[in-house]
Amino acid sequence: MSLLVIEQLEKSFGGLKAIGGIDFHVDEGEIVSVIGPNGAGKTTFFNAISGMLPSTGSSEHRPIPDFGTIKFMGENITGLAPSEITRLGIARTFQNVRLFPNMTVLENVMVAQHSRSRQGVWGTILQTPAFRKEERKIEDRAKEVLGFFGSRLVGYRFDQPAYVLSYANRRRLEIARAMATDPTLLLLDEPTAGMNPRETGELTGLINRMRDELGLTIVVIEHEMRVVRDVSDRVVVLDHGVKIAEGSYEEVSTNEDVIEAYLGRDTDEGSP
Amino acid sequence: MAIVNAPETAASTQAARPITAVDWRRTVRMGLLGGLGMVFIAAIGMFEELDGRPMIVPILSLGYLTVFWVPFVAGYLAAKEETLEGLAPPQKGLRDPLAGLVAGLMGGLALWLLTAFMNAFEWRDVFLKLSPTLLELLTFGNDLGFAFLALVLGSGLLGMLGGALAVLPESGRRIVVGAIVTTFVVAILEVIFVDIFEGIGLEAVTDLVYDINGGLAWGSAIVVAILGGTLAAVSAGASERSRTRWTAMEPAPRRTASLAAFVIVALLTIFLPIILGGIVNELLANVGLFLLMGLGLNVVVGYAGLLDLGYVAFFAVGAYTTAVLTSPISPTLLGEDGSVVREEGLLTIDFFGWEGWAVLGAVLLVAAIAGIVVGTPVIRMRGDYLAIVTLGFGEIVRILFLSDWLAPVFGGAQGVRQIPSAGVEALDLVDLTITGVDPRSIFYFVAVFVAIAIYVSWRLSKSRIGRAWAAMREDETVAEAMGIDTVRAKLLAFIIGAMLASFGGMVFAVKVGSVFPKSFELLVSIIVLVVVIVGGMGNIAGVIVGALVLIGVLGGPTQPGVLQEFAEFKLLIYGALLVYMMLQRPEGLVPSLSRSRELHHEEMQQDAWLASAIEEDDDEEASI
Repeated sequence: MSLLVIEQLEKSFGGLKAIGGIDFHVDEGEIVSVIGPNGAGKTTFFNAISGMLPSTGSSEHRPIPDFGTIKFMGENITGLAPSEITRLGIARTFQNVRLFPNMTVLENVMVAQHSRSRQGVWGTILQTPAFRKEERKIEDRAKEVLGFFGSRLVGYRFDQPAYVLSYANRRRLEIARAMATDPTLLLLDEPTAGMNPRETGELTGLINRMRDELGLTIVVIEHEMRVVRDVSDRVVVLDHGVKIAEGSYEEVSTNEDVIEAYLGRDTDEGSP
Repeated sequence: MAIVNAPETAASTQAARPITAVDWRRTVRMGLLGGLGMVFIAAIGMFEELDGRPMIVPILSLGYLTVFWVPFVAGYLAAKEETLEGLAPPQKGLRDPLAGLVAGLMGGLALWLLTAFMNAFEWRDVFLKLSPTLLELLTFGNDLGFAFLALVLGSGLLGMLGGALAVLPESGRRIVVGAIVTTFVVAILEVIFVDIFEGIGLEAVTDLVYDINGGLAWGSAIVVAILGGTLAAVSAGASERSRTRWTAMEPAPRRTASLAAFVIVALLTIFLPIILGGIVNELLANVGLFLLMGLGLNVVVGYAGLLDLGYVAFFAVGAYTTAVLTSPISPTLLGEDGSVVREEGLLTIDFFGWEGWAVLGAVLLVAAIAGIVVGTPVIRMRGDYLAIVTLGFGEIVRILFLSDWLAPVFGGAQGVRQIPSAGVEALDLVDLTITGVDPRSIFYFVAVFVAIAIYVSWRLSKSRIGRAWAAMREDETVAEAMGIDTVRAKLLAFIIGAMLASFGGMVFAVKVGSVFPKSFELLVSIIVLVVVIVGGMGNIAGVIVGALVLIGVLGGPTQPGVLQEFAEFKLLIYGALLVYMMLQRPEGLVPSLSRSRELHHEEMQQDAWLASAIEEDDDEEASI
């Protein structure tokens, strides 16, 4: 059964059609790459899934898709609040890393357990056994998730504010934070952007491990073609908000429409 | 050329600077600023107003002190040079007092110009405080020529002394500053010291130290100065040492030490008020009152990052709920013709019976509802919009209480009076019976609520809810994406904040005995916010320090503080302090860790980088 099914998704901003009728599905345990040139609507697509389409205030620009449905595990999640969607089991990272920079590494990950915990004001004030147990559980879980990245984010790192981390580690921490929401489906927005080749290789392995060891289903937006080749079960190519190709990496990379979208037509060749 | 002569230049900077090497730009700036400050202080009437309060008999009045500290400090600042990190500090020399002298002379000149101006023109229509008395003070009862000599030379001398202070080695400076500060503090806190010593039963000491008509006798001033200087010399580096020892401590003994400190503070809180006199207790009760509100606002602004400028609304709600429930002449209880028909209110504030708890429960319930009512419509707003809308809500609540429409319940402009005076009817403590009217009973009443508020906000900050607030403050969009229901989290912050403020309102109603719409003006919101900002946003210790410093020393909007003499200029000082803090120390007196991280992000990052705490990865990246 497909975990995520998107039908006829459409979203315009003013006159710009960011997404123009996309059909999309992800099966359980799959790793699907979404690729496409800049401005193809990849991030908007992610925003639509995670309920984070920008709200511009006017009634025409409500933070929901203009048309189409998004179904997750058979449930219609179109128009739900982001926190609700996260609770149902979709987590994401951001293209431009968005951590809580002044919170510690451990706190960043502990926060993500919010929707998986339930202690309220009274438990906190009275320090009930249930509250303490849950706090311990949250902390243990956070440490466990950080441990997934080897020794890079553990030990003395726990108590460091997130901003002192290197770029690559910030990316890792962001993925850790998404994992700590205990998702079924993980959306990674350009996870290797700005990483050097060695780090990129490492992260490629990590994405595969997340699927194999943790059973996560992953959709990844990626520009780095080697990563796409090494992780994807299936590749979806977007251009100008529409799906122009779909299939295995080999199929897609030889598809003429795709080559044209990336490189332009022969006739356009002289123009900048 | 500088490069060629590098060793030579270095050698010459090591030698004492020639007297001509004054940093004129800095000196002139300080001189101008000092002159401006002196003219300002004189022209707003502080000089004249405070002249009647003697400090050191018979030499110095508080009025003169408020004006003539300026050239001294300006002189010091003109002489002091910024030492850049990593560079040798500039050698001190004769040029420092010279710079101070020049700055002081300029300040004195500015003040003399004001005198001459006042002598020549009559401008009291515009500047009310440019009175003949001020002119007489400035000329020392003589003519303009004498005033010129006295003001310019006097300021110059003070400036030079200030400059000379910069020449002194660190240890010497400590002693001098310690002596000066101690003397003035002892002189200015006369009322408090007398009150305290009276409480302990040692009136004899204060009778000896202070003049009959107020102020330190000059002989005792010298003794106090010597004591202060000695104390400063002895305690040199003590705070530094204790800090290093504290950081070097293992977690386990540190916990023990914290616990010990806590027990000491708690014991002091419990037993000191019995010893202390009425005035100090009254002051502490005021501090506690604002501390309650500060802690509540700290949850809203400091933890959750929601700038609420109408916070006084919740304070008012707490106070009015208490008033309506407990006053025997609460408007709802009056007869048709407005006659008093009952002897007691609906309930009494008696925490030894059930009624006090019922009042407390009602206050909390109403506050929570108010929190929801105010919170719900503004929940989707961020930043400035939120601030403006809450500002409006604060005013709406006040006007509702003032309105004729609700007068049958809240009494309109007359408010509600005759609120029974205390929850602690009579306590027998160590042979002392504290009754309802005794300020001590109010102090304990406040202290209990403050303790609750501190505990609640401390626990919340270190919990799932506190983390959610912190995340929301940092990046609301991402917090939402990480599964935090920001609407709920914000509402919760509003409700908790409202409840803590309503504690404050209840205490206020009981303490003052009557509530009027006038007590709940915008100013209260602003001052509570200033308490939180100056103290240190997001940090409980910071809020405590902020309340002590601002409310204790300067006083609340209508409550007196230690420096009652400055009551008229309270808001001016508040404003100046706020501006200064924003410029120099935006994280507050006792900053929270994450707050100072936010504000000094880049510096800290650099420090971390310098300490090569940043990633081995980066090195690897560089080598690739």
